[in-house]
Amino acid sequence: MTIVFWILAALTVAGGLAAVTLRNTVHCALAVTAAFAGLALLFLQLDAQFAGFAQILVYIGAVAILVVFAILLTRGSETAEHGVFSRTWLAGLCIAAAVFAVLGWAVLRSVNAIPQQAAAPVVSVKDIGNALMSRYVLPLEIVALLLTAALVGAVMVAMHEKGEAK
Amino acid sequence: MTPLAGYLLVAALVFAIGLAGALTRRNAILVLIGIELMLNAANLNLIAFWRYGPHPEALTGVMFAVFSIAVAAAEAAVGLGLVISIYRHARTTDLDKMNRMKG
Repeated sequence: MTIVFWILAALTVAGGLAAVTLRNTVHCALAVTAAFAGLALLFLQLDAQFAGFAQILVYIGAVAILVVFAILLTRGSETAEHGVFSRTWLAGLCIAAAVFAVLGWAVLRSVNAIPQQAAAPVVSVKDIGNALMSRYVLPLEIVALLLTAALVGAVMVAMHEKGEAK
Repeated sequence: MTPLAGYLLVAALVFAIGLAGALTRRNAILVLIGIELMLNAANLNLIAFWRYGPHPEALTGVMFAVFSIAVAAAEAAVGLGLVISIYRHARTTDLDKMNRMKG
């Protein structure tokens, strides 16, 4: 457990906590971007360079921008006269705490059973490309189809309907 | 504590935070942010098991995480499109006020 890991873990958890607790939604979007960056750096710390940079490109580059656009396009709903948390917040918090308790208990109980390979795996982006083009070529095509369909569908859903008042 | 257990605990904590956000916030966009956090926590688990598992050269965990990132991007696009569509219709993103199936 290096000091770098603890710093990145603290950044990620603090970003996540800020994202779900802050009142201003734009601040929430910024905090979740920090959490995504912390996770990307954790991926890099785990020697998964490709996944780390994909995380930076997709989450910080695309999803965070998309979230900010959605927040700004729905700006009229900012008032929040009844507070930012829903009526059933206590039940939700209890469920989340219970889930964390079970997960943490499972991890700490099985700490001797889980593998602890020390040597860093030597995997280049070329290996990943070769794997994507050989063994994983069918999932790659399916994901390409899914992304195309989802983006066309998102545009269709968000588009103005004909004759609808703005 | 082994390194893998540390990563798994961080992932569990981020997952719980995302779940709490998805269950307690009123704003639909912040519920989506909570779901994204949960997906990311799952990805961290996959990569940590790949890194410390017995066969890292098989690349299974990294591939799973990369495909999961792609699917999460599609999910975010469709989810935010739905939120914008609902906002245009109901003039609100407050989930407690969306209590009718009929428009």
